[in-house]
Amino acid sequence: MMLKDAVGMALTTIRTQKLKSFFSLLGVLIGVTFLIAVVSIVQGMNVYMEDQFANKLVGLNTFQLRRMPNFTDASEEQWREWSRRPRINYVEADFVESRMQTPAIFSRFCSERLPIMWNGTTAKDVDVWTADAPMFRIKNLDIEAGRVFTPQEAQAGMAVVVVGWEIAEKLFKGADPLGKNVAIEGLPYRVIGRMAKQGNLFGISLDKFAVVPFDSPVHRAACRSGFMDEFHVRADNVVGMKAALAETEEAMRIQRRLKPQQEDNFAMQTAEGALEGWNKISAILMTALPMLVSVSLVVGGIVIMNIMLMAVAERTVEIGIRKALGAKRRDIMAQFVVESATLSTVGAGIGILTGIGLAFAVRSLTPLPAAVAPWSVVLGVSLGVAVGMIAGIYPASRASRLDPITALRAE
Amino acid sequence: MSDLVIQIRDLVRTYEMGAETVQALRGVSLEIRRNEYVAIMGPSGSGKSTLMNLIGCLDTPTSGEYWLNGQEVSRMPDDALARVRNREIGFVFQTFNLLPRASALANVELPLVYAGITSRLRRQRAVAALTRVGLGDRMDHRPNELSGGQRQRVAIARALVNEPAILLADEPTGNLDSTTSEEIMRVFGTLHDQGQTIIMVTHESDIAAHAERVVVLRDGRIASDTPRREAAA
Repeated sequence: MMLKDAVGMALTTIRTQKLKSFFSLLGVLIGVTFLIAVVSIVQGMNVYMEDQFANKLVGLNTFQLRRMPNFTDASEEQWREWSRRPRINYVEADFVESRMQTPAIFSRFCSERLPIMWNGTTAKDVDVWTADAPMFRIKNLDIEAGRVFTPQEAQAGMAVVVVGWEIAEKLFKGADPLGKNVAIEGLPYRVIGRMAKQGNLFGISLDKFAVVPFDSPVHRAACRSGFMDEFHVRADNVVGMKAALAETEEAMRIQRRLKPQQEDNFAMQTAEGALEGWNKISAILMTALPMLVSVSLVVGGIVIMNIMLMAVAERTVEIGIRKALGAKRRDIMAQFVVESATLSTVGAGIGILTGIGLAFAVRSLTPLPAAVAPWSVVLGVSLGVAVGMIAGIYPASRASRLDPITALRAE
Repeated sequence: MSDLVIQIRDLVRTYEMGAETVQALRGVSLEIRRNEYVAIMGPSGSGKSTLMNLIGCLDTPTSGEYWLNGQEVSRMPDDALARVRNREIGFVFQTFNLLPRASALANVELPLVYAGITSRLRRQRAVAALTRVGLGDRMDHRPNELSGGQRQRVAIARALVNEPAILLADEPTGNLDSTTSEEIMRVFGTLHDQGQTIIMVTHESDIAAHAERVVVLRDGRIASDTPRREAAA
């Protein structure tokens, strides 16, 4: 009953003084908005990075054996050291594949940006991949029309190509691409398949590419003879991938005759590794967030404390009346603490709504699947209540200690 | 237990005003019986406000004894005094002192809130008290929607709702015109007839004339204590 009265009183104050209340609650509001929005966006970003970035760009349960890591920031010195490393050659790749106990599929890989022409139309800067047949499964590439190349075609280095969705659109403008002969590096390639649309990542199209057999003529433009950019390995599951990583490392060290004290002079890029950079950013955000939120909440708490001190001053007579009618110190104390907590909770409530609004805006305007974390809402409400109660203690105790005679005479 | 509601012996109240010591009450002794209707008069500075604050348990004496309804209240701590004010005293102020944002009913319910009465019972008793002062049809009005006389009647209903030992009125007609003052005095008369003990502080002798006993203070002491007929004469 006392609680209801005090809550009601606080809500009346807010209703009658909307603008003033809005400003006084701004601190708590911003703090909680931050909390909700940043948590949802970071979590959405996590999902996005894992689902889209890591799994599409690198592939699920997949890693690449490379000369040096990509998706990483390294010093210039480091880069120079990496550039002196030997490239991965066929012998090494064969050795890794032949020694592998873990079930896995493999593909050599090189890529080069080349124009593709057909019937007077040119698609510029197409990412042409030279790869072995398993690449389609390694990268989860869906074929929309036609087929992928057969192991025989790959082995023979036949001039066949599977084009990305965007390339097909650009060159054939809706016409059936299958069986058409396009020109890559001046050489005729027969289109045997078209891949399904993948969309884009950070605004970069994932459909502007074409895949040709590794040993097909374009190979000369893409990599140096006998070498490859990457050797792709895909295991069946996470456990298999761990094992395959270990086996690959071992095979490479044997093949390259590395002594135990020597470091690997090759790199194995995993999706996890690709996420390293993002994980760093995410960790920084999640560390900075509590600080941002606490600064806003402390400021918000101080503002609320001031508002409550003003309320106590304005309502001195009321406090006198209540005391005369039999309110004990703790009754007055409770009234103002509850009132302060109510104010602050309303601020937090609005903050939660704006935070959710922001998260939804991000969700609909960007590809990030920002989702509001239930725990952040619970935390927001709790922080609102707590800040209000703490901020209310001092004003409330001043109110509770007022002398009833003096209070009644105040005007 | 006798039917003495108030027993005051040698009540002294001094204030420290900077270096000076002001003696507001210099030894007041007073007894008030159940169902008495007493007016306390005196010029300003006579100590009547101090006495009224002490009787109302809003203040404690420097020395002397004060027994209210069988309880020694002169040495009680704050929260115990709050309890006594809640149970034993019904205040009526010159400026009404209603909560402006609360309805008449909510105002009357307030003492019951602090008495820890459940909301259903609170409502029943507040409705009864408002009906008793003739405001049964104005319960949902806020103070600013009521006339001065109506506001004072809400205050009276609030004072009565806990069935206090004494109704303590401080210049109850000070902010009212003479017609309304008479109306409030009629309410007091009725309450007195129904058995309510009333103590009223006033400086207006025509208002004091409604009481059956008049106590006059001067310089912190009781100058005279007379039944009404003699005082009026």
